[in-house]
Amino acid sequence: MKWSAPVHVAGSGIISSIGNTYDECLQALRESKHGIRALTSLASVHKQKLPVGEVNLTHAELAARAELKKPVTRTAMLGLLAAREALKNSGLKENSRWRKGLVSSTTVGGMDRSEIFFPAYLNDSSSGNLADVIHHGCGATTDIIAQHLGLDDFNATINTACSSSANAIIYGARLIRHGLLDVVVAGGTDALTKFTINGFKSLMILDDEPCRPFDAARKGLNLGEGAGYVVLVSDKVLNEEGLQPKALVSGFANTNDAYHQTASSPEGRGSYEAMEKTLAMANLKPEQISYINLHGTGTANNDLSEGTAVKRLFADKLPPVSSTKAFTGHTLGASGGIEAVFSIMAITHQCVFPNLRFQSPIPEINIHPQQHFEERTIQHVMSNSFGFGGSCSSIIFSKTPLTR
Amino acid sequence: MKAFIRGIGIVSPQHTGNGKRLPDAPVDYANNFLTCIEPDYSQWLNPQQLRRMSRVVKMGTSSALMALADASVEKPDAVITGTGYGCLEDTGTFLTKISELNEEALNPTPFMQSTHNTIGSQVALLLQCRGYNQTFAHGAFSFEQALLDTLMLLEENPDQHILTGGIDERTQASHAIQSRFNKYRNNSPGTLSLFNTPAKGTVAGEGAAYFVLSGAPGNHAKAMINAVQTFSTAFADVAETRIREFLQHNNINPDDVDVILTGKSGDMEGDNQIEATLASVFQNSSVGVFKHLCGEYCSASSFALWLGAMMLERQEIPEIVLQKNVHRPMRTILIYNVYFRNHHALILLRSCHPTKN
Repeated sequence: MKWSAPVHVAGSGIISSIGNTYDECLQALRESKHGIRALTSLASVHKQKLPVGEVNLTHAELAARAELKKPVTRTAMLGLLAAREALKNSGLKENSRWRKGLVSSTTVGGMDRSEIFFPAYLNDSSSGNLADVIHHGCGATTDIIAQHLGLDDFNATINTACSSSANAIIYGARLIRHGLLDVVVAGGTDALTKFTINGFKSLMILDDEPCRPFDAARKGLNLGEGAGYVVLVSDKVLNEEGLQPKALVSGFANTNDAYHQTASSPEGRGSYEAMEKTLAMANLKPEQISYINLHGTGTANNDLSEGTAVKRLFADKLPPVSSTKAFTGHTLGASGGIEAVFSIMAITHQCVFPNLRFQSPIPEINIHPQQHFEERTIQHVMSNSFGFGGSCSSIIFSKTPLTR
Repeated sequence: MKAFIRGIGIVSPQHTGNGKRLPDAPVDYANNFLTCIEPDYSQWLNPQQLRRMSRVVKMGTSSALMALADASVEKPDAVITGTGYGCLEDTGTFLTKISELNEEALNPTPFMQSTHNTIGSQVALLLQCRGYNQTFAHGAFSFEQALLDTLMLLEENPDQHILTGGIDERTQASHAIQSRFNKYRNNSPGTLSLFNTPAKGTVAGEGAAYFVLSGAPGNHAKAMINAVQTFSTAFADVAETRIREFLQHNNINPDDVDVILTGKSGDMEGDNQIEATLASVFQNSSVGVFKHLCGEYCSASSFALWLGAMMLERQEIPEIVLQKNVHRPMRTILIYNVYFRNHHALILLRSCHPTKN
């Protein structure tokens, strides 16, 4: 079939509240060590109170790790670290001749610095340090990462709210299938900001304790920050460079719930259609999926809606499912990228991750998520990402005979 | 790759209300910015919907609905939006309230509508369109990325109708902050004179334009998009090389470009660079400009695409657009947009009607 050339994941990179590298994150998942702690980094009334998934590095420490002379926006530094790790992990040589690109997502962009600028500007419109707003736009984050990694020939930025980086991976895979690029680094990054913390607070969907996705008594989400990227390559690159494939991108879909600006339809019609179309594209039946990494934010609305859709599609063939947001918090524009990396970990290390703090199932759907780290045979992993504006995306990553 | 333009909806600083042509008497703005002339939204949106929407969402959704009506398409298969800065008004409102109320008792509405995909999502919600929905937010390349995504989707399935748009709003705060980077002229003699008075800086603008694009021409296609490309460089010689490569890749001789519609902005240094490229590559093409009509903004190339499609369909170049005329029928228009010197974008537009020689 046309447009169905294989797209391989050759590498992945991640930074989150449970670890600054791929290995650290995997170790935390194995040991069920979550990263939800009281906020420390922002000058906010919620500091030292609100539980969040914060990356355990200051701006200066991030800049040093990223080999920058001085800090840029936190979003860009997180993204640069994870994208660089993904490239290194892929084994792709730096000066290879391939047509390379970066497709990156962010919802806040340089907001972590804009919100420092803005109060000064409000007080006096000629005041505020312009260096703090110069990277406000989402595209500026992508540009910074691309410039430092030599990916600036083609780059794109997607912002579909919380599903953004799943859409970046889907778009990257399509660019390769269409023969427009050979290598795409795809994923997303978001830093914690007062803007998003207060936004979700005003919507009254933040839990003031560590979140409990898919639990009957869930009270909301914890915000998090971080970045996750995968390196997607064509067959040709894989073979000629002798890279070791980590997984195959075997299916994906992007749909819209068209129900409400911020709430999901009760039956999860958008998420159902995204999962169904993804299975169809991968030519798989529900019972062939070995693990679902749920969107599972911990809000009353998302988990019931997503759970209803999952239950309807998988019925009594439900594989192990879990939301890893109990570990990392909801990292918004980074979550699809971070959870894609977790999905690839599940394939590489043949394991599934626990859904922390689960006690009792949501009565309407009676789904018991995976409760412990467990080694088991993993062939196909489905990763769900949904967002404001009814945005629903699903991706299936598969183990291939080549996967090592 | 090809996408036929089947319908257009546009809200701009000019009286482009019916979307069919540029009016004979363009609007001149005395300041260093242009503001959209908003239509009577009640034609498309009920009072309850209007009350909830910010200005950029109203401009976006109404232009989307206009485009669908123009194409006689009820529901598109996908909605793809490009916006450099997204919903700036709501973003500014929420930032202001965080500061004023010290993070207490905030109204969530501006936050809910601040995300870049609000425009495309509201279109989906109004139309109950549950297909592919994507938003690109990459500065001056946002609209081009939306077009590239569209071209790929139409290659996968030519029968689809994709609703693709470019939208950006100018707000008081965004203008005040951008002005501090010395981007705009201090003394503007009127925006229509932008190119008569060489100076440093440009004028700010805004706009919304959605296009119904399909891989099949139908009976009334206005024009055809063949290729899109973006690149970043501050150097005229690099830009020239990239443009020549683009033309070659698309099997086009520079002399085949009947009109080059340039994103000259009135900024002397930037425009000189564009002039150099025109002089060396496009000696035999007519030259047009458009930013005195819509101002400079991230998705200004969506205004140019509307203008170019109209020119091809009507086989006429509005006097106000023309800087050089080689007097020949238009088959091929190249939109060459440049945003603040570094961001270059090319859109190749072709006639889908037979033209007389």
